[in-house]
Amino acid sequence: MPPMEMAANTPQPGGMAPLGNEPEAYTYFTEPEATFIEAAVERLIPTDANGPGARSAGVAFFIDQQLVGAFGTAAKMYRNGPWGTAPTPMQGYQLRQTPAELYRQGIAATQAYCNKTYQSGFAALTAAQQDDVLKGLDGGTIKFDDLPAKVFFEMLLQNTVEGFFSDPLYGGNRDKVGWKLVGFPGVAAFYANKITDYNKPYNVPPVSIADVQQGRPVAEGHELMHHMAMENAKALDKVNQ
Amino acid sequence: MPKTMKPVDAVLIGVGWTGGILARELTKAGLNVVGLERGDFRNTNPDFLTPGVHDELAYAVRNKLFQNPARDALSFRNNVRETALPIRQFGSFLPGDGLGGAGVHWNGLTWRFLENEFKLRSNSIAKYGAAVLGEDCTTADWGVSYQDLEPHYDRFEYLCGISGKAGNLNGKKIAGGNVFEGPRKRDYPNPPLKHSYSQELFRKGMNEIGLHPFISPSANNSQPYKNPEGVQMGACAYCGFCERFTCEMSAKGSLQTTLLPVLLKEPKFELRTNSHVLRINVDSTGKKATGVTYLDPSGQEVIQPANMVFLTAFSLNNVHLLLLSKIGQPYDPATGQGVIGKNYTYQTGTQATLFYEGKNFNQYMGAGSLSMGIDDYNGDNFDHSGLDFIGGGVISQSTGSARPIQYHPVPKGTPRWGAAWKAAAAKYYNSSMGWGAQGSVQAYRGNYLDLDPTYTNEHGQPLMRMTFDWGKHERKYSDWLIGKYEAMVKPLNPQSYVLSALSEHYSIVPYQSTHNTGGAIMGTDPSKSAVNTYMQVWDCPNVFSMGASAFPQNAGYNPTGTVGALAYRTAEAVTQRYIKNPGLLT
Repeated sequence: MPPMEMAANTPQPGGMAPLGNEPEAYTYFTEPEATFIEAAVERLIPTDANGPGARSAGVAFFIDQQLVGAFGTAAKMYRNGPWGTAPTPMQGYQLRQTPAELYRQGIAATQAYCNKTYQSGFAALTAAQQDDVLKGLDGGTIKFDDLPAKVFFEMLLQNTVEGFFSDPLYGGNRDKVGWKLVGFPGVAAFYANKITDYNKPYNVPPVSIADVQQGRPVAEGHELMHHMAMENAKALDKVNQ
Repeated sequence: MPKTMKPVDAVLIGVGWTGGILARELTKAGLNVVGLERGDFRNTNPDFLTPGVHDELAYAVRNKLFQNPARDALSFRNNVRETALPIRQFGSFLPGDGLGGAGVHWNGLTWRFLENEFKLRSNSIAKYGAAVLGEDCTTADWGVSYQDLEPHYDRFEYLCGISGKAGNLNGKKIAGGNVFEGPRKRDYPNPPLKHSYSQELFRKGMNEIGLHPFISPSANNSQPYKNPEGVQMGACAYCGFCERFTCEMSAKGSLQTTLLPVLLKEPKFELRTNSHVLRINVDSTGKKATGVTYLDPSGQEVIQPANMVFLTAFSLNNVHLLLLSKIGQPYDPATGQGVIGKNYTYQTGTQATLFYEGKNFNQYMGAGSLSMGIDDYNGDNFDHSGLDFIGGGVISQSTGSARPIQYHPVPKGTPRWGAAWKAAAAKYYNSSMGWGAQGSVQAYRGNYLDLDPTYTNEHGQPLMRMTFDWGKHERKYSDWLIGKYEAMVKPLNPQSYVLSALSEHYSIVPYQSTHNTGGAIMGTDPSKSAVNTYMQVWDCPNVFSMGASAFPQNAGYNPTGTVGALAYRTAEAVTQRYIKNPGLLT
């Protein structure tokens, strides 16, 4: 099958100009909180010889956007009390805090720890000191009065990985740096003709949802799922009517 | 006063696999059927089309297609000494939501259970002695045999267009198929899928050590297929967005791809979506259902009278509705009496991950049920003498779910974050592969479902409470299997590997399986089972409780093939016998 190539100026639904050029702005995090998160995610996935890290991938902005949406406001969480006083680890997340609230309180508690221990906020610490703080949260050696530090850390780590590897439409994985790091080709994903290319590298520039929706061209040989799925669906609709 | 609708012959609670099969078979027999589906209407075009459906965050991580626990959840504890707490976020299992149910987001592995499974209790006692089960093990015979189900398995396989290769055709063993399977009368409707590089290595390696690898039966079609209903399906694109996702190619068997086009044209079938059933209504004797009460999309209560009520929801929701409707005696673990909620079972996982230097496995290419399996350590396919457990599981080297948020394996000893983690994730994303066993779970006296005394759902009804932990058979099997894994790793010669046995206790946090089985089990004794082998509730025979909630315990396979076969068997008995002479079928 020939590769699908669409011109970059293919009209979009509604005839809009290409999307993705709006300036990003934090809507949940305060300025100090955003500074904290930018510094923390950059230690979790640092910039190094392997490529850009979480900070320049937009992970802090990704988390901010998640926290004002359904995830942060716990739209898909069971929220009735009573709140268990001694849950077992097997019973999962049992905090009354929404994820957004957990971030606010977790950041404040970590900052308080840093101020007390280093007389400095987290973002101003050296990289080694920042790593020590994160290891303390991860390993349970740093404890907060009314918040399990480990639960806060696990959410931060999980959301950082999400922001690094999710489709760029959510604000992270900017320039698809997460996908390029590991070699994930993105969403085009038609591999019926590739699955038996045993042990052959498949190095193509990854394709995002916006690339497909906005008609940006894909690499030679990278077959575009979208077109085939649309044609297939139309043909089947006709037959099965 | 709630509005009362015109009476119908049958009402279906939930429209997924079992609801769709019953809707088709009952309307074909001339009955008027209403299907009540709590979720949205959805169809391949436009709901399942790319590129939007290839969104790992929304679908696989934020649970786009799954039941919303803010509306209805379960509570959970490991044993009766603990206080159950609500499952605030689904993790271990992910019940579906919306038309087609979990049959939209499944992978498509479609098995027939082994012949031995259907007489597991009596066969195990006969072969290994009664002591092997253990005092608290309530594993039971099914009351049906493999031979009873064979024609119904066949119908379901041809409905979906299962891709695979027979391993036992009328008793003749065929190399390259699963030689342990029960005899089938004809081969699968479609040839096997193409298999990946890691699967080719696995196949060769397992052959070398004398095991019997085969391409697993898959509801991801290897070629375009027109099923016996006249519905045309597409061919799998090996896109790697299958489990937790939809199918943009109409290549994965689901209600939408196999039956919906026929049902939407059927004048005797009426589908009402966004209609949530609150309870089954019974008459003053309590032995006969009169219909159901449901909430319409705007939240108004509506009564739908019906001569027959079919529980065709997800297994857990079938049990929940029986408990809420006070149909059948709730199970009490203290006395062992009662049947509703009894023998809740699940699935175990024992995993191997292998790391290589410089190989290109491209594990993101593939299909949900593209799997090279071995069945040598499943069921009673191996001698359990002296092992002190029964059961086993199919082992699958699967390819096609390597999406990077959830799949980025790193070798043992790698830090969880930082530069070393990043380097390992980059190095091994394309150079690792693995396999997992899907282990059987036996039934135990203390593992059950009932109504929670404290927590309620959005309708003010008690949540269902799950009390569950691994038992002797699961723990011993997993430990024993790790030893076998060491031998399986050798011919594959990786740079390093990680083996992970069963967790110490069952946890609702990490994803394991949505094979929640039991709770309204089938059998031949009304004091020990909730439904007979035609899925009729013993105490209320015009209520039929379908699905995997009827499994007396869970086998070492995915459940959907057996769910489909049991639905066809019930449909046949109802249309050929029950409607002429309503009452308990024998």
